[in-house]
Amino acid sequence: MTTLLTLAVLVLVAIAIWQLTKIFELSQLKTENHQIATDSDNKNNGYMLFAFLVFIYGITIFSFWKYSKFLLPEAGSAHGEEYDSLMLVSMVIIFIVQTLTQALLHYFGYKYSGKKGQKALFYADNDRLEFIWTIIPVIVLAGLILWGLYTWTTIMDVNDEDDPLIVELYAQQFNWTARYGGGDNVLGGSNVRMIDIDKANVLGLDESDTYAHDDVIVKELHLPVGRKVNFKMRSQDVLHSAYMPHFRAQMNCVPGMITEFSFTPIYTTEEMRSNPDVLDKVKRTNKIRAEKAASTGEALDPWEFDYILLCNKICGKSHYNMQMKIIVETEEEYNAWMKDQSTFAETVMKDDTAPAFNTVSSVSVGE
Amino acid sequence: MSATAHAHVDDHAHDDHGHHHKETFVTKYIFSQDHKMIAKQYLITGVLVMGFIGIAMSLLFRMQLAWPGESFPIFETLLGKWAPGGVMDADIYLALVTMHGTIMVFFVLTAGLSGTFSNLLIPLQIGARDMASGFLNMVSFWLFFVSAVIMVISLFVEAGPAAAGWTIYPPLSALPMAQPGSGLGMTLWLSSMAIFIASSLLGSLNYIVTVINLRTKGMSMTRLPLTIWAFFVTAIIGVISFPVLLSAALLLIMDRSFGTSFFLSDIFIQGEVLHYQGGSPVLFEHLFWFLGHPEVYIVILPAMGLVSEIMATSARKPIFGYRAMIASILAIAFLSTIVWGHHMFISGMNPFLGSVFTFTTLLIAIPSAVKAFNWITTLWKGNLQLNPAMLFSIGFVSTFITGGLTGIVLGDSTLDINVHDTYFVIAHFHLVMGISALYGLFAGVYHWFPVMFEGKLLNKNLGYVHFWVTAICAYGVFFPMHFVGMAGVPRRYYENTAFPMFDELADIQVLMTVFAIIAGAAQLVFVANFIYSIFYGKVGPVNPWKSNTLEWTAEQKHVHGNWAGAIPEVHRWSYDYSKVDENGEYYIPGQDYIPQHIPLQENEEEMSH
Repeated sequence: MTTLLTLAVLVLVAIAIWQLTKIFELSQLKTENHQIATDSDNKNNGYMLFAFLVFIYGITIFSFWKYSKFLLPEAGSAHGEEYDSLMLVSMVIIFIVQTLTQALLHYFGYKYSGKKGQKALFYADNDRLEFIWTIIPVIVLAGLILWGLYTWTTIMDVNDEDDPLIVELYAQQFNWTARYGGGDNVLGGSNVRMIDIDKANVLGLDESDTYAHDDVIVKELHLPVGRKVNFKMRSQDVLHSAYMPHFRAQMNCVPGMITEFSFTPIYTTEEMRSNPDVLDKVKRTNKIRAEKAASTGEALDPWEFDYILLCNKICGKSHYNMQMKIIVETEEEYNAWMKDQSTFAETVMKDDTAPAFNTVSSVSVGE
Repeated sequence: MSATAHAHVDDHAHDDHGHHHKETFVTKYIFSQDHKMIAKQYLITGVLVMGFIGIAMSLLFRMQLAWPGESFPIFETLLGKWAPGGVMDADIYLALVTMHGTIMVFFVLTAGLSGTFSNLLIPLQIGARDMASGFLNMVSFWLFFVSAVIMVISLFVEAGPAAAGWTIYPPLSALPMAQPGSGLGMTLWLSSMAIFIASSLLGSLNYIVTVINLRTKGMSMTRLPLTIWAFFVTAIIGVISFPVLLSAALLLIMDRSFGTSFFLSDIFIQGEVLHYQGGSPVLFEHLFWFLGHPEVYIVILPAMGLVSEIMATSARKPIFGYRAMIASILAIAFLSTIVWGHHMFISGMNPFLGSVFTFTTLLIAIPSAVKAFNWITTLWKGNLQLNPAMLFSIGFVSTFITGGLTGIVLGDSTLDINVHDTYFVIAHFHLVMGISALYGLFAGVYHWFPVMFEGKLLNKNLGYVHFWVTAICAYGVFFPMHFVGMAGVPRRYYENTAFPMFDELADIQVLMTVFAIIAGAAQLVFVANFIYSIFYGKVGPVNPWKSNTLEWTAEQKHVHGNWAGAIPEVHRWSYDYSKVDENGEYYIPGQDYIPQHIPLQENEEEMSH
C-alpha cells in the first residue's frame, strides 16, 4: 500500500514538473522553433564554460587544501617508500596533464563560442600534431611502465631470503585469524576438511603433522619491526582481501589456494603514533568523536592509532566490519609476547578429553 | 562492396516503397520491426525506466553512506522489511550496490545507449531502409525487455536480489548460505543476464551485417560518420566478449545448481564442509573480466562516436584527424580485449601475468590521449554552436580526461595494490565510463531527438539547466571521492564507523551525497523535458543543426523505409563543414556545410582524408 502511495506521489511530482515546464514554455511566447542555440546562448554558455574551468580548478584546490591531510600517513613498510614516490610522480604527471587539457578544452569552448558570420577554420588533419601527441604519451608511459614493473617485480617476489617470519592470514566470514609457524617457523599442513569445531581446531590444522604442533594461532597480529614477513593467505568460505593500507599491502584470500604477499615493517606502532601527521590525525579524529559522543550520547572511546588489517573484497553482510589489529613492536617485545602464547598442541590437541578424532574421518565428512 | 550489392539495395528499396502493410497498434508500437521504433523502445525501457531505478538506488545507498544508521521514512517505504524502522539493513545495502552496478552497466549504458543509437543511426546514417534483419532486431529488443523484467522481478523476491557485487564473484554468489541474495535472487540475476547476452548478440550481429552490407552507393568505409565506426566496432567487441560471460554464467549456474566445482574448492561454511573440490574463483574472475573489461569500452565507444559527430557538427568544423580517430577506435577495441587482468592484479594470479597486463593497460592510454587531443583541436578556431548536445559533448571530454588520467594509477599493478577496491576505483570508473557515457547518451538524445520524434526539439533552456547542474554535481560527487579512496576506505562498506581512522572522512561522504541528490533531481528536469517534448515539443527545421549526415535528409514524418523516394547517394565524407575554396568562400554560397549527398562542386576536390 505504501509503495502504491509512493508511486502515486512520484507520478504527481512528475505531473507537477511537467506543468511547471508548460508554464515556463508559455512564458516564452513567440519563440517557436527557437530551441536551437542563438548567439546569446552561445555567448552565455561560453562564459559558463570558462566559469566551469574555474570551478574545476577550484574544486581541485579545495580538495587538496581540505582533504590531503586525510590521506594515509607515511608508509610503514620498506617497499612503501618506493610505492609512495611512484604514486607521487604519477600524480604530478596526472595533474599537469589535467590542468593543461581542461584549460584548453574549456578555454576553446569560451573563446570560439559561435557568432553569426564567424567562420570556422576548415582544419581536418595535421600529421605532425598527431605524431606529437602520440609520441609524448608513449615516452611518458614507457617511463611509468618501466618503473612500475620494476617495483612490482620487487614487491611481488616472495622468497625465503633474510630469514622471513612466516605468518598465515586466515579469512572467514567475518573475521581474521593469524597463525605463526612457531619455533620452527614452518606452518603445519592444513585443510578445511580437517576443521573440527568441537575441538576448536578452527583453522583445520593437521594434527598428525608435527610442524603444526608448535604453530601459534592468534587474533591480534604482532610483527617484529625490521624483519621481513611472508604472509600466506587462506580463506575458508568466500573471497576476502587482506588489505593493510598503512603498509601499502594487499592480497586476495581465495578458497582453495594459498596466496602470498611479503613486506618488511619499518616503524613500530609506537613510532608511528608519534609521527606528526598521525598525531594530528588522532587529535582531529578524537575531537570529532568527542563532539559526536556529546551530541548523540553514544559512547565513543578516544581513538589511538593502530595499524589495521581490513577486508577489502565484498564478502557478505558484515564485510564492513571485518578487521584485525596489527601491532608492530621491537624484536624483544615481540619475543616476549610470543613466549606468552600457547601453541596449537597446547590449546587444541591437549584439552581433547574425548578420543582423538582421526583426520581421515573428518575428510570423509566432505566426501 | 560492389556495385551489384548497391543496386540490389536500391531495387529492394523500390520494391518496399509504396505498398506498406497496414500497421496496427501492435505492429507499430509493440512488436515493431522498424529500427526507429525499436530505438525508441530501447531508449524508454533502457534509459528512462531502468536508468530511473538504477540512479534511485544509488541515491538510497549514498544516503546510508552519508548518514549511517540514520532512520529515513523513505527507506522504510521503498525497502519495506529491509529497512526496519527506516534504518537500512546491511544485506540490502549490498543488494542495492549490486543492482545499481548491474542495471547501470548492462541495462542503461549497454542496451540503453548502444541499443538506442545503433538502431536509430546505423540505417539512417549509412543510407539503408532498415536493419539487415528487422525481425531479429525486434527479437533482440524483446529479449532485452524480458531480461529487464526478470531483473526487476528479482528485486522483489523473499530473500532479496543478488548482492554479491555486480561482478558476482563466487563463492559468495554461489552459496546461498554465504548471503541471502545468493539464493533465488542470484538465480534470477543469472537467468536475466543469459537472456540479456542473447539479446546483445542478436543486436550486435545485426549491426555488423548492416554496416557491412547495406551502405548506400558511395558510402565507403572511409566516408562513414564516426558514429557508425564506433557502433560497428562496439558490436564486434560485443560479439567477441559476451559469449565468454555466458560461459561464466552457465558454469556458475552449474556450480550453484548441479554440484559441479568449476569455481569452488575447499569451502567450510556455516559449520560444515562442502563437497566442492578443485575449482578456482580466479578462473571465474578471468572469464568475467574477459567480458567485463571490453564491456567498459562497449559502453564508452558509442558515446565517443556520438560525441565526435556532435562536436564536428556543432563546431562547424571537420572532426580533427578523422583517420586517426578511426585508428584509435580500432586500437582501443583491440587492446580492450587483452587488458582484463588489470582487475585481478592482487587476485592471487601470477605476478608475471600482472606485469603483462600492466603493459597492455597503459598502452591503451595512447589511443585515448590521441582522441582527447583530437576533440580539443576540433574545438580550436571553430564557430561553436553551444546547444545542450554540444555542452554534453564538451562535458564528456572533460570527465573522460579527468577519469581517464587516474587510470594511469589503477592500471599500474604496483600502484593498484593500495587503491584496489577502494573509493579511488569508484571515482575513476564513474567519471571515465559512467558519467562520460551518460553525457554521450544525453548529448545523443538532445541532438537526435528530432530524428526520433518527427522533428520535435527538446527545450534548450531546460537542457542548459540539466547540463550545468549535472556537470557541477558530477565533479562534486566524484572529485572528492578520490581522496576518500586514497585515505584507504574500501568500497562496498555498509558504513565506515567501525574504523575510527575513517571518522574524519564522514563530512566528505555527506558532501558527496548532497551533490548526488541534486544531480539526481536534475535528471528529473530531463525526464520532464523529454516527456513534455514528445507530446508538445515544437517541430523544428528539417535539419536543425545544419548537419551533413544522411539522417537529416530522411523524411521528418516517419515512414517505414526512411526515405519516401530513392535512397540518397553519397559523394563525400560527412565532415565538410566550413570548407572553402581558394578565395575563402563557401562552396555553396551562404551555407557553411555540404551534406554528404551533395555532389562535389565545381573546382572542389574531395578531402584526401
